[in-house]
Amino acid sequence: MLRGRQSWQFDTKPVIVSTAAVGGSFEGKGPLAADFDVIYDDIWLGQDSFEKAEQKLLENACHIAMDKAGLKPEDITFFLSGDLMNQIISSSFTARSLGIPYLGLFGACSSSMEGLALACKLLDNGGANYVLAATSSHNAASEKQYRYPTEYGAQKPPTAQWTVTGAGAVIIGREGTGPVITGTTIGKVVDMGISDPFNMGAAMAPAAVDTIEIHFNDFGIDADYYDLIATGDLGLTGYTIAKELMKKRGISIADNVYTDCGILIYGQNPLVFSGASGCGCSAAVTYGHFLNRMKKGEIKKMLIVATGALLSPMSYQQKETIPCIAHAVSFEIS
Amino acid sequence: MPKRKKLTTAQQDYANTAKALEPKRPVVKNVLMAFVVGGLICTLGQILQFIFINYFGFEESQAGNPTAAVLIIISALLTGLGIYDHIAQRAGAGTAVPITGFANSIASAAIEHRSEGYVLGVGANMFKVAGSVIVFGVFSAFVVAIIKILINGVGGL
Repeated sequence: MLRGRQSWQFDTKPVIVSTAAVGGSFEGKGPLAADFDVIYDDIWLGQDSFEKAEQKLLENACHIAMDKAGLKPEDITFFLSGDLMNQIISSSFTARSLGIPYLGLFGACSSSMEGLALACKLLDNGGANYVLAATSSHNAASEKQYRYPTEYGAQKPPTAQWTVTGAGAVIIGREGTGPVITGTTIGKVVDMGISDPFNMGAAMAPAAVDTIEIHFNDFGIDADYYDLIATGDLGLTGYTIAKELMKKRGISIADNVYTDCGILIYGQNPLVFSGASGCGCSAAVTYGHFLNRMKKGEIKKMLIVATGALLSPMSYQQKETIPCIAHAVSFEIS
Repeated sequence: MPKRKKLTTAQQDYANTAKALEPKRPVVKNVLMAFVVGGLICTLGQILQFIFINYFGFEESQAGNPTAAVLIIISALLTGLGIYDHIAQRAGAGTAVPITGFANSIASAAIEHRSEGYVLGVGANMFKVAGSVIVFGVFSAFVVAIIKILINGVGGL
């Protein structure tokens, strides 16, 4: 059901049947290591290219989620997936091997919640029995496509972010005991004129704040409704700016409620500069860490606001500014 | 070349807000590190040249070639072993400007695109970072040579 300007309220409350989070060795050294289902020590995952390695990450996350739920590919009605590679090859090639009817998405790093929101809408309308939604990213594959060769010695500024090597997958269905999805807010593209691809946090922060504000308005709630509100991958720079923007707009969120997946996944590691980014970031942190905390009862209601920078390697060379988007999904314990 | 679009007032306001909260590039530290590391690499080159002249019987005018070759090999090795980019993050222009930076840009691109094959991958992408250095380096050399000829033509300095 449409709520307000751009939100859906799911009256049937789609249930999270199972989730999976996988990561690389660098993610395995971070503070959330225990929340991953599998950590791969080899960034190649035994493949002969980074692109194939990313596909393997995504495939494995999907298989783990299905195994946990005791489901087979033929039980899943639809597969929704997105990633950062040109022509979303990681997702489409995974769909090739899974053989599940597939809708490919591109919302950059917001794809995780874009996929989950659409999956819930499909279920809510009675259009599916089970839907698998997943996203992935690979540090080296992204560096290769968006920036310089991995081993090239370019000095990065302190606002730069580190693309997560990882994937997250979720299966939602109509029945179960897991947390449920109660609603979602689809964001609009916001471009506040940032054009530096090494400053994605500052580029994406306004989109995140916009979606959060609209979410509260559409549902007639405020930040106190949630135990946890997390943006996808703003990193420390974007997080600090987002807090300032919220203050300016009169949105008050307590510091212990608002966090960012891009800050949590690596902790205070100077190697990652401002924090993490990538489709795998919000997906792995949400489907691993946050849902584990929900299962333990530490969080009862949470809002995940996945943020995406919709640039291409060519657009910033042509001096285009970076259009950004954020989608919010509301998780609650049933 | 495309020009950057003019920012709206709201975008300009945001740029100011964001700028105030962003961590700054440590420019002074970067410049000092570049000076020290770049200087060390040049000193290493000087030592190598000294060795080639005194122990391998090279003329001073010829010793530059094997010196450059050794620096290139070291740089390519460190690139292949995944160490060079970590040094470069601290050294900045100090590792980018000397011949080692040039070798790193070629070796890293060659490694990166190995998965697309030798012709369309390695061959076509090897110079994707170094290419502009070659193009503009050769062009500036040409301009400087013309200036030199003109000055000599009017009787020199």
